Amino acid sequence: MTQDTDHLGRPIVVVTGMGVLTSLGQGQADNWKALTSGVSGLRRISRFNTEGMRTTIAGTVDFVPVDEMSGPALSQRLAELVIAEAVAEAGIGRGGDFPGPLFLALPPVELEWTQRLALAAASGANETVSYDDLLRAAGKGGFEKYYRRFLFGSVAEALAERFGTKGSPIATSTACASGGTAIQLGVEAIRRGESDAALVVGTDASVNAESLIRFSLLSALSTRNDPPSSASRPFSKDREGFVMAEGAGALVLESLASARARGATVLAVVKGCGEVADGFHRTRSSPDGKPIIACMRNALADAGLAPEAVDYINAHGTGTPENDKMEWIGVSAVFGERAGSIPMSSNKSMIGHSLTAAGAVEAIFTVLTIRNAVLPPTINYETPDPALPVDCVPNVARAARVRHAISNSFGFGGQNVCLVIRAAE
Amino acid sequence: MAHERDALITGIGLVSCLGSGVEAHWDALNPAGGFTPVLDTESFTPFAVHPLAPLELDTQIPKRGDQRQMEAWQRMGVFAAGVALDSAGVKGNTDLLSRADLIVCAGGGERDYAVDAAILSGYPKAPNPEAFLNQRLLGDLRPTLFLAQLSNLLAGNISIVHGVTGSSRTFMGEEASGADAVRIACARIAAGQADITLVGGSYNAQRPDVILHYEMGGLQRRAPFTGIWARQDSGGGMLLGSVGAFLVIESRAHAATRGATSFAHIAAMCTDRCRREPGQATANAQAQLDTMTVHINRQGLGVISGASGVAGITAEEQAFLATLGRPVRATATALGHSLEPSFPASLALAAASVQRGRLFGPLEAAEQAMTAPLTQALVTSWGHWRGEALALVTAV
Repeated sequence: MTQDTDHLGRPIVVVTGMGVLTSLGQGQADNWKALTSGVSGLRRISRFNTEGMRTTIAGTVDFVPVDEMSGPALSQRLAELVIAEAVAEAGIGRGGDFPGPLFLALPPVELEWTQRLALAAASGANETVSYDDLLRAAGKGGFEKYYRRFLFGSVAEALAERFGTKGSPIATSTACASGGTAIQLGVEAIRRGESDAALVVGTDASVNAESLIRFSLLSALSTRNDPPSSASRPFSKDREGFVMAEGAGALVLESLASARARGATVLAVVKGCGEVADGFHRTRSSPDGKPIIACMRNALADAGLAPEAVDYINAHGTGTPENDKMEWIGVSAVFGERAGSIPMSSNKSMIGHSLTAAGAVEAIFTVLTIRNAVLPPTINYETPDPALPVDCVPNVARAARVRHAISNSFGFGGQNVCLVIRAAE
Repeated sequence: MAHERDALITGIGLVSCLGSGVEAHWDALNPAGGFTPVLDTESFTPFAVHPLAPLELDTQIPKRGDQRQMEAWQRMGVFAAGVALDSAGVKGNTDLLSRADLIVCAGGGERDYAVDAAILSGYPKAPNPEAFLNQRLLGDLRPTLFLAQLSNLLAGNISIVHGVTGSSRTFMGEEASGADAVRIACARIAAGQADITLVGGSYNAQRPDVILHYEMGGLQRRAPFTGIWARQDSGGGMLLGSVGAFLVIESRAHAATRGATSFAHIAAMCTDRCRREPGQATANAQAQLDTMTVHINRQGLGVISGASGVAGITAEEQAFLATLGRPVRATATALGHSLEPSFPASLALAAASVQRGRLFGPLEAAEQAMTAPLTQALVTSWGHWRGEALALVTAV
């Protein structure tokens, strides 16, 4: 790398620090070891009673304590842990003084049943409880902490304050593509020259009874509860849904010029980003796959690469019948005859679908894949689907040199993001 | 100096208690007598809200099936987005809209209040409360309600109904999300990362859960329901308002190529945050203003404030604005405070005023009339809790 700008004259954006936390554990080392050993982090849910539910498993993160447990509280804590790891690896800034903006992929925030029930109890209503009663209870005071915790801006604000990021922090939600969107926002900010560095984070700790039931009512979840490790089966003929999971990933993005100037180790290059929205349906992709195809092509064009340059695909690979089929249709259109021979594995077979965090977590795993020259497997691949002739790196990790990889993220609401990641040189 | 990457506002879609569209708002803001707010003081006593004016949904969301798939906040937003696209003259231009970018500022959607009430009522009496919660949610939640609640599904519905599919990003975080949505849209246009972007959001204030949320914070105004500035002598507080506000923001070159007319030019746009220790928000605003000084022509300048009415921070903003010595309008007095879309809504009113060369009339006694021609407007958005934003809008 002798130039600091890319084929379009824009600053080259590199990764200089990463932090990751999933149901497999905390930190790059533990996650990578488990991921390349084919270990599943999925388990029976112990956080709440699952009686009556068809799905009783998830990739919950149960080993990180928080005061006053709630989705935003745990999401924030996971983000803090992965940011600390990423910033330490990058060796950037002084403690609590990160020299750039924060882009945070965050699940939507909403008051939860714990808080609603506390308000109901405080209302003193006996027979029937309505929102009027909750309102009356709120008016008596003492619930200011709920107000603060369940503001949509509270997590990003707390992270900005703690890590000293610059400017107004942006919290984004593009459903299951959110992590990819956060990275894209960071890349764009550096390319615009607004900053030499950006902190991009995806976090999700939203496994609770209602969120599980919401996905279940949309028939999106696997119900293969026994054993939990068998439930996530991307690309298999007998795949039947995804498994909800929690996790977080943080990346320190920097201009190559900045990384070089301060002597930082470049872990990988974010070579390109692509995005196209799908206006076909709220939860389903256009049957012709056009938006997914255009998204991957946009990413390659942004990177200045031909499809032939891609050596590995980190699949969105949720394990739902619909997603895997549409992703294959997209990949086969973009990569043509090579499609079936480009390794394309799904981290979600082991860590489940970390939803808002997935794009960031899987971008980090893509960087580790390139750096370690090992492709993590797709586990539970026992019954190939003849309609998806994909090399999913079945069941066992594989050594392979990867120079360019793409990482796909697709979400409800027609959200599609594709990242092109290149090896550092 | 005109530049081809200038960010111009070429379309406005605004719906609120004052009606739908720029004209309806302009008329309502300039009544023959003094301005009188539209308030619903009955539905959420002891609070009041600025209720959404009735909309002819079919004009912007022609398929009833689409209307049914959405909750009120989404219908309001998709409607306003359609009005903005109409206003920009790009509605139905499939090719252009498939390249257009979308940045939405959003909170979350409505709950099923009857289901919530039934669960809250039955939970303490159930033999196994957690199992009861599961049973009721599994049995009573409409499967599609989830999609009406997800923050990014306002954007998703805009892609479906209007075909805006170049890209789609949703920002969350109350007032700051609306300001950052506009800032990112302008920055992308200036850098050549985008040519035309639909930006905005919607907020349904007529919801028990949002009234509850701000009551937990102790932040809502009780009677008398006076204007933003007048209420600062008696504790301040917010009056929420239902608002949908979208803008089409376009590069000057792109607008010129398609012969579009523009409302105004977003000449500068800044956002920041602080811990809100006394004076910090003022320092942010002053620093933002300092970056814009070269563009400012004081004589033709008016100020559109997004002040929420919340005590303390509203007084601090009022003191800062007083140093400018220019006429001020607090949009929340007219529309109610609408969190995420409040900044896009204020920007819309600023652009409409600049285009007309006239600031709309005072909304309360504390606001001074402006008889001189308006050529520029500063638009503030100091969030009720966090976030400070400032934009300068000038005539094209």
